[in-house]
Amino acid sequence: MIVTTTKGDMDDSLLEKREGSLDNDIEYTTWTEYWLDGELVHRSAHVRLKTSPALFAEAAQFA
Amino acid sequence: MANTQAMCTSFMGELLTATHNFTTSTGNTFKAALYLASATLNASTTAYSATGEVTGTNYTAGGVTVTNGTSPSSTNSSTTAGVGYWTPSASLVYTTVTLSTAFDTVLIYNSSASNKAVSVHTFGSQTVTAGTFTLTMPSNTTTTALLRLATT
Repeated sequence: MIVTTTKGDMDDSLLEKREGSLDNDIEYTTWTEYWLDGELVHRSAHVRLKTSPALFAEAAQFA
Repeated sequence: MANTQAMCTSFMGELLTATHNFTTSTGNTFKAALYLASATLNASTTAYSATGEVTGTNYTAGGVTVTNGTSPSSTNSSTTAGVGYWTPSASLVYTTVTLSTAFDTVLIYNSSASNKAVSVHTFGSQTVTAGTFTLTMPSNTTTTALLRLATT
């Protein structure tokens, strides 16, 4: 697979791939990094939001 | 400083003056800009500003246009309560960018109405290197939609 890097497009067989994730109440996030000789040459991230702030409204009651 | 997830207070007032129209196709155009983790966006944010916005290769100031394929919905949960809600219909995608300074926030704002702010959404701090940053929206339901106006 060809990967876009800071060195130009490269075959992923030439690179070290590292992946990670984060999962909490707000998001599920994954990221993929490619390293070349100890240098980070590509990092992508995908954040999936789970929820968001709600606005609460009310109608006043006549006394 | 830090960013704080919030519905913008000015947006709440502007709802009462019909400033924002989330109707698909005929409504306003909304955009999504990314902000550095060192920025200070919160409920007090009133409009888009380039201050604190990310900069980097292939990132355009102001961010990307929000895809709005589904108009807002509303559902009653009882005789006295209900929820109005809306969520962008597609992920926000920043393609082949390099954003070297950590960012953790997206501001949704109305580019059809003087860039007035809608909401601030935070996530874990990220950087991107010659890659794509994708922000996938929550499910468009009464409990998880991106924007929810509720009575209880």
